[in-house]
Amino acid sequence: MTATDPNMRLLIVEDDRESADYLVKAFREVGYVADLASDGEEGLTLADTGDYDVLVIDRMLPKRDGLSVIGSLREKGNRTPALILSALGQVDDRIKGLRAGGDDYLPKPYSFAELLARVEVLSRRHGGPAEETTYRVGDLELDRLSHRVTRGKDELTLQPREFRLLEYLMKHAGQVVTRTMLLENVWDYHFDPQTNVIDVHISRLRSKIDKGFERPLLHTIRGAGYMIRDGIR
Amino acid sequence: MTAFGKLIRTTAFRLTLVYLFLFALFAASLLGYFAWNTRRLITEQITSTVNAETEEIGDIYSRRGLRGLVFTIENRALRPGANLYLVTTPTGQAVAGNVGSLAAGVMGSSGWSETEYRRLDDQDKTDHRALVRVTELTSGFRLLIGRDLEERRRMFGIIAKAAQWSLLIVIVLGLGGGVFVARRVLRRIDAITGTTQRIMAGDLSGRLPVGRSGDELDRLAENLNAMLERIEALMSGLKEVSDNIAHDLKTPLTRLRNRAEEALAKSGNETEYRTALERTIEESDGLIRTFNALLMIARAESGQARDNMDDFDAADVANGIHELYEPLAEEDGMTLHVKTVPAPLHGNRELISQALANLVENAIKYGKPVAALQPLGADAASGSREILIEARRDGDQVLLSVTDRGPGIPEADRRHAVERFVRLEASRTLPGSGLGLSLASAVATLHGGDLTLGDGNPGLRATLALPARARVTERVAAQMQDVPQKVA
Repeated sequence: MTATDPNMRLLIVEDDRESADYLVKAFREVGYVADLASDGEEGLTLADTGDYDVLVIDRMLPKRDGLSVIGSLREKGNRTPALILSALGQVDDRIKGLRAGGDDYLPKPYSFAELLARVEVLSRRHGGPAEETTYRVGDLELDRLSHRVTRGKDELTLQPREFRLLEYLMKHAGQVVTRTMLLENVWDYHFDPQTNVIDVHISRLRSKIDKGFERPLLHTIRGAGYMIRDGIR
Repeated sequence: MTAFGKLIRTTAFRLTLVYLFLFALFAASLLGYFAWNTRRLITEQITSTVNAETEEIGDIYSRRGLRGLVFTIENRALRPGANLYLVTTPTGQAVAGNVGSLAAGVMGSSGWSETEYRRLDDQDKTDHRALVRVTELTSGFRLLIGRDLEERRRMFGIIAKAAQWSLLIVIVLGLGGGVFVARRVLRRIDAITGTTQRIMAGDLSGRLPVGRSGDELDRLAENLNAMLERIEALMSGLKEVSDNIAHDLKTPLTRLRNRAEEALAKSGNETEYRTALERTIEESDGLIRTFNALLMIARAESGQARDNMDDFDAADVANGIHELYEPLAEEDGMTLHVKTVPAPLHGNRELISQALANLVENAIKYGKPVAALQPLGADAASGSREILIEARRDGDQVLLSVTDRGPGIPEADRRHAVERFVRLEASRTLPGSGLGLSLASAVATLHGGDLTLGDGNPGLRATLALPARARVTERVAAQMQDVPQKVA
């Protein structure tokens, strides 16, 4: 796995020693700078002073709980994107977390691939350019206003949902996008299907955008999800 | 507490005491009223008799003089049960009559008085009371006519005695009745207490004794029994669930452990380790899914998800799920159709979507026609690989149903199939947690509806029946006429 931005600075606020060490190590391995705070107060102080791209905050922390840390930051005008990790994975807990000012919510236990993909998307959103009207990946072009998709000289006909799927993938071009992220962002469902529904949608989309072209753009990232990109970076 | 102490503390006994007091008060006032009226009546009778006789004798005196008077008096005084008579001279000398002695001063004043007297012929020399009237005759002679009050006194005695006895009877009967009722109630309450104590000690099968009288205690016992029934059912359900959890979570955990152990034990190459690790992750993902589903069911069943309810159209849910699963069904060689009419709901959209998704996943997994049952040569093979998602209204209910053309579920198994972790024999080999239908059922219950498994003729029709949003019922009913049915 390759990190999009090797200079990305991350703050992890997690009180469980072992998971915290695992996260720090894993993020450093992909080239991030990861700092660790082991309780809510420390997390708030660090997040307040340090210059971080993304905060990964456990929901239940000693001294100060995760939602309150985010709440205080937002009150002070600190907009650093925050991802909440929580053992409470239900829909209403998620809504509560997002209302408190969190930008994403990941229930425990999670896979690191999922966390990494979400952190990358968050950081891009934070510092990245404003939403463009046209997305381009190689010779694939998607016009968000006229809903036209072209590859080279060919115009592609996509169903509305396929269009939204491609739009999301292209918005995060070069980043891994997991199945859950797609289900949440394209379909707005937050449950966990027992079957590979998303894979089938992807393979349909793939047959439309990649079939008959020499260079495939839509890639499957094993154990993580999908990525749209032009060639090898 | 002594048995007696317990007895007099009962509500029944205390009520008896209150009633006893009230009844005694009532009896006393009734008798008092009776006595007072009797006295008045007797007095009135005496007064009128004496008045009439005084007048009559005054008349005789004025017509026949003193001799006639004395003669009449002597005559009347000798009759049995006679009134009291006394005639005196102006100086106070007795002339005629049957009164021997009299309280002092009675003869001196005219009019009515009550006095002690003794008869002339009285043998036992006792004083009696009488009501007398004294009148002065024209010549200064004085006439006394009166009536003995013995009768009135006796009447009073009778009434007083009656009052005493009735009070005594009231008290004895009241106390006895109170004790009887209190002991009876106490015995039944003790029986109930005994049973509840046994139940608290852990014997959930205990039931309260119910009598045949259908009184309030019986009704209470019946209700408590119904409650116990429900608690027992819940408890045994809980036990069954924990057994199932133990089984369904322990089995994959064991597999996981075995695999890790095996990989450790044998000195494999990197690829073998890698495969073992990948399968470990897969297995734990499955475990997490099962766990999440269980939590979700528990949450739905406890009603916590009620916070997140809003208004939406069940048709949108059906169309959304159709859109999500249509490619998957097609890949599996099946066709997913959807047929909807506007059906407004109030509920947790996410949960209802998941419930419907579970039903669709089941239909895709198990809804394929059984080859052996296909009629020969028929085009059933293509025609029956169909699944229909429907959203419609039926009265005040919204029905979300999924119908497949598969082998269905035998009627006897349908109830069982909704239970947690149940995977019917036919599906044992397919992956899945066995929680899909339970979750759908819990979601339906949360919304005040239910999940039914019916016959799809052939196949299975799983229906989520949910209460429709009441406020818009009429409006939608009006719309229904001009909204064409959408078939995808």
